[in-house]
Amino acid sequence: MGDLLTFTDSGIYCEKGGFYVDPWRPVDRALITHGHADHARSGHAHYMATHAAAPVMRHRLGDIDLQSIDYGTVQRIGDVDVSFHPAGHVPGSAQIRIEHKGEVWVVSGDYKIEPDGFSEPFEPVTCHAFITECTFGLPVFKWQPQNNVMDQINDWWRKNAAAGRTSVLGAYALGKAQRILSAVNADIGPILTHGAVENTNDVLRAQGLILPDTIRVTPDLDLKSYSGALVVCPPSGFGSWTQRFGAQSTAFASGWMAVRGVRRRRAADRGFVMSDHADWDGLNTAIAETGAERIFVTHGYTSIFRRWLEDQGYDAQIVETEYEGDALDQTDPEIAA
Amino acid sequence: MKRFAQLFTVLDQTTKTTLKTAAMADYFRDAPDDDKLWCIALFSSRRPKRAINTTRLREWAAERAGIPLWLFEEAYPIVGDLAETISLVLPLPSNPQDHSLTHWVNYVIDLGMLEETDRKSGILKAWDQLDGVERFLFNKLITGGFRVGVSQKLMTRALAKATDQPEAQLTHKLMGNWTPATTSYHALILTDDPAADLSKPYPFYLAYQLDGEAQDLGDVTEWSAEYKWDGIRGQLILRDGQHFLWSRGEDLMTDRFPELAQLVDFVPPGTVIDGEVLAWQGDAPLPFSALQKRIGRKTVPKKLLSEAPVVLKAYDLLEWQGQDIRDWSFKKRRAQLADMIVDLPDDLPLRLSDSLTADSWQDLADQRAISRDLGAEGLMLKRLDSPYLSGRKKGDWWKWKVDPLTIDAVMIYAQSGHGRRANLFTDFTFAVWNGNDLVPFTKAYSGLTDAEFRQITQWVKKNTLQRFGPVRQVKPEHVFEIAFEGIQESTRHKSGVALRFPRMSRWRHDKPLQEANTLGDLKEMLQQYG
Repeated sequence: MGDLLTFTDSGIYCEKGGFYVDPWRPVDRALITHGHADHARSGHAHYMATHAAAPVMRHRLGDIDLQSIDYGTVQRIGDVDVSFHPAGHVPGSAQIRIEHKGEVWVVSGDYKIEPDGFSEPFEPVTCHAFITECTFGLPVFKWQPQNNVMDQINDWWRKNAAAGRTSVLGAYALGKAQRILSAVNADIGPILTHGAVENTNDVLRAQGLILPDTIRVTPDLDLKSYSGALVVCPPSGFGSWTQRFGAQSTAFASGWMAVRGVRRRRAADRGFVMSDHADWDGLNTAIAETGAERIFVTHGYTSIFRRWLEDQGYDAQIVETEYEGDALDQTDPEIAA
Repeated sequence: MKRFAQLFTVLDQTTKTTLKTAAMADYFRDAPDDDKLWCIALFSSRRPKRAINTTRLREWAAERAGIPLWLFEEAYPIVGDLAETISLVLPLPSNPQDHSLTHWVNYVIDLGMLEETDRKSGILKAWDQLDGVERFLFNKLITGGFRVGVSQKLMTRALAKATDQPEAQLTHKLMGNWTPATTSYHALILTDDPAADLSKPYPFYLAYQLDGEAQDLGDVTEWSAEYKWDGIRGQLILRDGQHFLWSRGEDLMTDRFPELAQLVDFVPPGTVIDGEVLAWQGDAPLPFSALQKRIGRKTVPKKLLSEAPVVLKAYDLLEWQGQDIRDWSFKKRRAQLADMIVDLPDDLPLRLSDSLTADSWQDLADQRAISRDLGAEGLMLKRLDSPYLSGRKKGDWWKWKVDPLTIDAVMIYAQSGHGRRANLFTDFTFAVWNGNDLVPFTKAYSGLTDAEFRQITQWVKKNTLQRFGPVRQVKPEHVFEIAFEGIQESTRHKSGVALRFPRMSRWRHDKPLQEANTLGDLKEMLQQYG
């Protein structure tokens, strides 16, 4: 008897269910963990995702054939039972649980275990085999509690506003941007957004998520009347797009900002260490809580992390995928897509 | 150390010099005097010696973090900095303390004197008291690698602001071989006693490379020209029957060049000369490699003294009869220098760097063209009526170097950089053809833009043939133009040559692999310029 899931050129495949999970080539039936471009690609005949992930996917992929489902609801597909469970990565993101005759496999997609107050909090799912990301799978990556980081961001914004500078913050247009917006102290000043961020804001607000008031930056917007503003834009917006704001302090919010060399290379004034991926302790906790013996690592520091897991007594393997996670020095997937 | 960690954080977070200067000036206004002095010392390369073998340090850090050593070693090149890797893997401190910068620097100095087991417990104790940036700074101190993106010049500017003194005066005060153990903040910075230190040098005046055309500098008769020699820039101080030789990097190198000691008997006290230390035989310099043998040595064996004797080629006179004459015109200083040297015996190791006479810029250009044949790098142009300034300034002095030599070579190995360049492949080995083989002949690290480094990094990841630790052998495909200042015979390199200041001057996308240069071409250059 073969494995419940196999790894093909098109993606992670379940033969008994006749579907793929987050495939990167066009297939007939695709189960999608979340709406980021490297996981939810165009061209599949049928899609399935959570209710909360559906609006962003429709917004990005257009008129697709999409069946949406609640977290925790079990659905029979072919010979297997499938359910979606919160991954805590971005709103609507899920781990996908697949069961056949008592054997359980879970595909994590991207995840973090610290609740961010905005996405549905991560829930551990017991399984026999766990397919996990390891974007930040090195013991140098340890995140501070979100409140600490938000204090740093608020403090930075407040000081800039007092000095008459605009605060320009680079964050991914789906997820990170809204996580920060939902937690930032909106009393400090006005909040302006890049179109890519505001488009996602519109979609998420329409599905009931609460965000503070934001103003979309358009060519005819009178920037002078928004002094001391916080501007949230995708990292790739830095440079020509941000010039219009005049005197400014620039910052990125990303897990990579934990590394001084990267921070300095990005040449922003500040780097806030905040990630929607699990840190070292998060990955290890999540894996331990699944109770799984077989671990497949998909993207990140795979060879190092696999060896570490092997040292810990797991049967660990690397799976080559086309997921990027939060790849260092990539162009923003939200804009490139 | 919280106060100092805050300062470091501000300095590290901005690229704007005005913000850096303001933050440092604030520190110099309110930190305790002992801490100020250590801050000045650290920012002027007077850090304590490395207190600890880094192999041990990695083992202890991994042990304390509860991770295997191999995992630590894997993380280190990705972070690109040992002190940072350690501070990131360690658990949070269980006993946080707020001690002064001076406390921690002395702690580090004391660690160096302990037995290894005591040293280990001392370091573990410190790690348990410090967090974040403070822990990182402590690690920088124990590994002897404290460096921050602030030049001594910028630090001096901030100090000038905070103490309301002229920058040039402070620059002078900060020179010499003081350490926080031998002086105090009050004595060093706030006291005016120019005679306090006999050995104290003047800040060097440094020139920029001339970008435009020489004729744009105006009338050629307003300029002095001389050959630019490729040795070690040095300042010779003769005061009160003693002599001191300083390098541009503020290294005291008196004992490395004992030949110069005899000058004390001939040159009047109260004389300071700016010049170039060169290995010299007869009328011409020896190749730089001859001088190189002398640089690393604190005591010089007789054989080496006769094989590579040195002279000081005098460029300028900064002090005469005990008087600081840097505000005299170059013409006047130079005349005084020549007057003094002409009276000295011919066999003394002090020579005047000859002025070139020229009627026109074209005339000078012709003399510049033969620089390499004379063993020089080009010309120095100095405005005749200019004073001796401090630091790198534009306008009165220019380097007018000959164009570098170039060769087209194939990239065959790549290695990732450190610090800011961690995670990027920036260190490359290049080869030339020898028949059908590629023979490595040089490494180069600089010359490409950040965008080009990113591009080549992507390519290296996809085109690695073999890994040897951190080094990757890559598919021979890309040709780069390598520019360099000189070429010498070398028995240490497989190719038989060693280059001086190699760097990547151009990525030759246009050049097919087969059209890179050959070992024969290199040998020919060696014949001509070696």
